[in-house]
Amino acid sequence: MTDTQPIVSVRDLRKSYGSFTALDGVSFDIEPGETFALLGPNGAGKSTTIEILEGYRDRSSGEARVLGTDPGKGGLAWKARLGIVLQSSGESGAITVREQLTHFAGFYPNPRSVDDVIAAVGLEAKQKTLIRNLSGGQKRRVDVALGVIGRPELLFLDEPTTGFDPEARHQFWDLIRQLKSEGTTILLTTHYLDEAAQLGDRAGVIAGGRLIDIGAIDEIGGAEAREPIVRWFENGPREERTTTPGSLIAALQQRLGVEVPGLEIIRPSLEDVYLGLVSSTSSVQRSTGSTTEGVAA
Amino acid sequence: MSNTLTLGTRRIGYEVRQYFRQGDTVFFTFLFPLVMLTIFATAFSETSFGEDANGNDLSAAEFYLPAMLAAGVLLSGLQNMAVDIAVEKSDGTLKRLGGSPLPVLSYFMGKIGQVLVTGILQAAAILLLAGVVFQAALPTDAEHWLTFAWVFVLGVVTSAILGIALSAIPRSGKSATAVIIPITLVLQFISGVYLSFTQLPEWLQNVASIFPLKWMAQGMRAVFLPEGYEVLERGESWDLPGVALFTALWLVVGLVAARLSFRWIRKDS
Repeated sequence: MTDTQPIVSVRDLRKSYGSFTALDGVSFDIEPGETFALLGPNGAGKSTTIEILEGYRDRSSGEARVLGTDPGKGGLAWKARLGIVLQSSGESGAITVREQLTHFAGFYPNPRSVDDVIAAVGLEAKQKTLIRNLSGGQKRRVDVALGVIGRPELLFLDEPTTGFDPEARHQFWDLIRQLKSEGTTILLTTHYLDEAAQLGDRAGVIAGGRLIDIGAIDEIGGAEAREPIVRWFENGPREERTTTPGSLIAALQQRLGVEVPGLEIIRPSLEDVYLGLVSSTSSVQRSTGSTTEGVAA
Repeated sequence: MSNTLTLGTRRIGYEVRQYFRQGDTVFFTFLFPLVMLTIFATAFSETSFGEDANGNDLSAAEFYLPAMLAAGVLLSGLQNMAVDIAVEKSDGTLKRLGGSPLPVLSYFMGKIGQVLVTGILQAAAILLLAGVVFQAALPTDAEHWLTFAWVFVLGVVTSAILGIALSAIPRSGKSATAVIIPITLVLQFISGVYLSFTQLPEWLQNVASIFPLKWMAQGMRAVFLPEGYEVLERGESWDLPGVALFTALWLVVGLVAARLSFRWIRKDS
């Protein structure tokens, strides 16, 4: 069934550089139209994963399919169906925003209109400016514009909003939502957990080269990690995790009066859940890491 | 294939536009031979560089014109390409192009086209400067200009291809000029561009004869120096077949090296 085939399919993906293992058996699928957020600390293997899928790096072992093709062997017709926004770009760019977009649009069989894309990234006022004279955030918007100009079926966004101000970030989110509504499948890596929560349908968390959790954005980390926390003052600050905050508060009100001092109910954000996940694995990693080092030495 | 050609043609315009917007490349590759010709023609304006069959003195501008044309070919081709591509490799331009459906061949068409366009404009400017400002006598017959055409085109293309191959050497864009300019500068000094080739010691002439610039400069001298000056060359002849052979040989070497060394990105680094 071609219509149910995943856009991206990764099985037991491994990548090592000499003795260093960057990816240690990662598996996931991305379904058509889905936005999948890949989360994890620096050096966890996010960029290695995304660059293998973009065709930039070779994998050491495992299976990878992107739009039905092995990304290590993708030709020009395959590349024409992808949009890539790399993590960094420092091009000198003695070319204007409009010239650059018009030029790149020519590479693709069915590109978006240059005017629409310039408007979507909010660079109308800068379209005749040389790219080298733009600010960092504006250059980043050019990167995003170049990523979407070819009307990609699959869009890779590697930390797309680094260096954006809050307003630009919200504009960018609107643009991505529009792409989603047009059916674009998106693989996103980001350090901003609110961004993953805003845009992502599902997320995978990578740490130490392994996928430590994967699931819908509002389910990742498990139900326990999402238990609300109730905080109040009673001989100093107190807090308690509970699945039944209502009954806890009722009990507190009986004991401390209706207006419980310093009362807060906090639902853990994706960021809290993520930090919980990553910190628990990094302590495990550290202990196993020292054993292997001991063996190697 | 037609798509490759269309995109390649578009790349030429795109590359030329960027070339002339970069002040440093315009100065160090485009204007440099013009500046040098002006300096030599002015500094040695009273010096005679021998006389032709009719007893007319050869002026400094006439003597240095072929040398500066050869230097221009080397700078517009080799130096410009090697630095340009090394910078594009390190600043992410190539990585972006490598992720796009642009054929590699179109990219190189753009580069070589840019070198041809800027090289032709440069040669025209040098000839204009020599002929109009410094009153240098230029050939009036078709045969000499035909020789000029093939020496120039073969030289530019060979230089450009060698530049593409050499772009693999600098480890970063920042070091590119520091790595490449000394190579081209030394070549110019030992190949008879700034110093008269036959005044160099024999062993240095032998070393220089391995490299293509000596042959390109000799080809240019065959076009622009008066009849009789070939006796000053090694073997007392312009040796145009040798010019063609050695330059073409370097073209093949460059093609093989470029084919083996060029990558959109350094994979797995």
